[in-house]
Amino acid sequence: MIAFRQILLICTLALLAICAALFSLLSGSVELTLADLFRLPSATQSELATQIIFDIRLPRTASAFVVGSLLSLAGVIMQVLLRNPLADPYILGVSGGAAVGALSAILLGASSFWLSQGAFFGALFSILLVFFIANGLGRWSVIRLLLTGVVVSAGWGAVINILLTTSTENTVQSMLFWLMGDLSQSRVSPIHWSLLLAGLAGGLFLSRALNVLIQGDQQALALGVNVSALRFILYFAASVLTASAVIIAGSVGFVGLVIPHMLRMLGARDHRLLIPSAMLLGGSFLIVADSLARTLIAPQQLPVGVVTALIGVPTFIVILRKSISREA
Amino acid sequence: MQITELDVSIGERKLISELNLTIRGGESWGLLGKNGAGKTTLLHTLARLRPWQGGGIDLQGKPINQLDRREVALRIGLLFQEGLSLVTSTVLESAMLGRYPHQHSRLWDDQADVGVVKAALAEFKLLDLADRRIDTLSGGELQRLALARLVAQSPVLFLLDEPSNHLDIAHQLTGLLALRSRVMQDQATMLMATHDINLASRICDHVLLLKEDGAYEAGAAAQVLTENNLSSAYDCEIRRIDSDAGVFFTPVISNPTSERMP
Repeated sequence: MIAFRQILLICTLALLAICAALFSLLSGSVELTLADLFRLPSATQSELATQIIFDIRLPRTASAFVVGSLLSLAGVIMQVLLRNPLADPYILGVSGGAAVGALSAILLGASSFWLSQGAFFGALFSILLVFFIANGLGRWSVIRLLLTGVVVSAGWGAVINILLTTSTENTVQSMLFWLMGDLSQSRVSPIHWSLLLAGLAGGLFLSRALNVLIQGDQQALALGVNVSALRFILYFAASVLTASAVIIAGSVGFVGLVIPHMLRMLGARDHRLLIPSAMLLGGSFLIVADSLARTLIAPQQLPVGVVTALIGVPTFIVILRKSISREA
Repeated sequence: MQITELDVSIGERKLISELNLTIRGGESWGLLGKNGAGKTTLLHTLARLRPWQGGGIDLQGKPINQLDRREVALRIGLLFQEGLSLVTSTVLESAMLGRYPHQHSRLWDDQADVGVVKAALAEFKLLDLADRRIDTLSGGELQRLALARLVAQSPVLFLLDEPSNHLDIAHQLTGLLALRSRVMQDQATMLMATHDINLASRICDHVLLLKEDGAYEAGAAAQVLTENNLSSAYDCEIRRIDSDAGVFFTPVISNPTSERMP
């Protein structure tokens, strides 16, 4: 039901996103204050503050928001598609395929452009592979899709391990950073923002159908949902969203699994609310995680995937305990 | 609904053979037959959840396989034998799902929709429990919620698979009589599969009795519910008892020593 409480949640999360962005713009090895930010419109191009904000921090903040948002939406979709609370965006092998593509590019000493291309083709290959294997086994069922994805994922894992163990020390460092999620090289373009908006619009359009689909296939069919068409759409949508996120920033873990659950435990079960909330919260979360990744052990950088786990695990446990005590 | 020469089989087994049946508005039909006779299969076929092997099914003049899923759901509602899946939600949220065919992709909740759902919940005495989580409900309350969701869906044809499951003897009667009066009021139809012959004889004015190898008996309840028909359909002697409380049917087992445990 659209009610005051739901609108309040969205507004709170939007505010949180803005605060997270400000936090990100202000943190880093060079000290900047809010006053510096406010002076920006009148400052000149060559001033240090302008350069740092516009060339380094703003693009990175934007990337973090986009990736966090994409992964959270993909996580929500995966959890409905597979009807499994353990589902995360990477469960069907997309990130594995992208990783093999990207790592191969690193191994061949390619530039960051080819890194993205490698990731893109790897992801595309994996998406089609899982689809055709699952489809070829007969009618799509949730179990079949899940098993196919998990097996393909494991296959990619083996290849990744081969690549890691046969590389030199320097190469392995770059590979590991990519695998754990790294926003330092990423930039997002208007295409990514359009993808995000398309994801939001599509998600909201399908939100009621998702509410029904999660009840079970037979129930959903009886209530008028075209289950096979919807599952097809969800699979490709989640895959595209995940692939885009992985191409930008590597496989950032934890976000796609935990953000939807956190919101569900706080009561945002209805997908009309869950989808926009997850996108906002996921984006904010990754912005904050990335800011910490840049500053915790400065001048060294931590891979952002490490920070997401460090923050995410205790937060998740706290919320889990609160929801258990509320149930009891 | 007009069923013409319908054939339904599962694999090699022919469950229903050349069924010809017309179900009109305002009628309530009982669907009886022994275990495995094909009651659930028939209901699922009529709800277009499974294909059939021959013949046609028309609803309000149109063949149902020409309608898309949502149009089918606007007209036909199915209560599943297994009951509701226990996905976390409140009673009100769960009942609101019944309005999906009417809402489709509209984001906000129309006051009219909420009104229909609340009226349905009130009819099954669940309105006070509207904000309760469904995993805290008893079996009977869950069954009433499933019925309320179906009523919220407002179909023209109610297909019920063992609606009396989990309900105590009083709720069975009151719940199903409430459904029947709504059916008669709106000139809708109901087809109710049940194991309870007596419930069917009290609630339903017509009966479809499924027998061995696709054979069947269909017609007014008083005509179909005879000792002969029931005994041959259930493979067991069934006797009719007339009392001042009504007509009842009871099975008779010929070996008295297996009747009661010492």
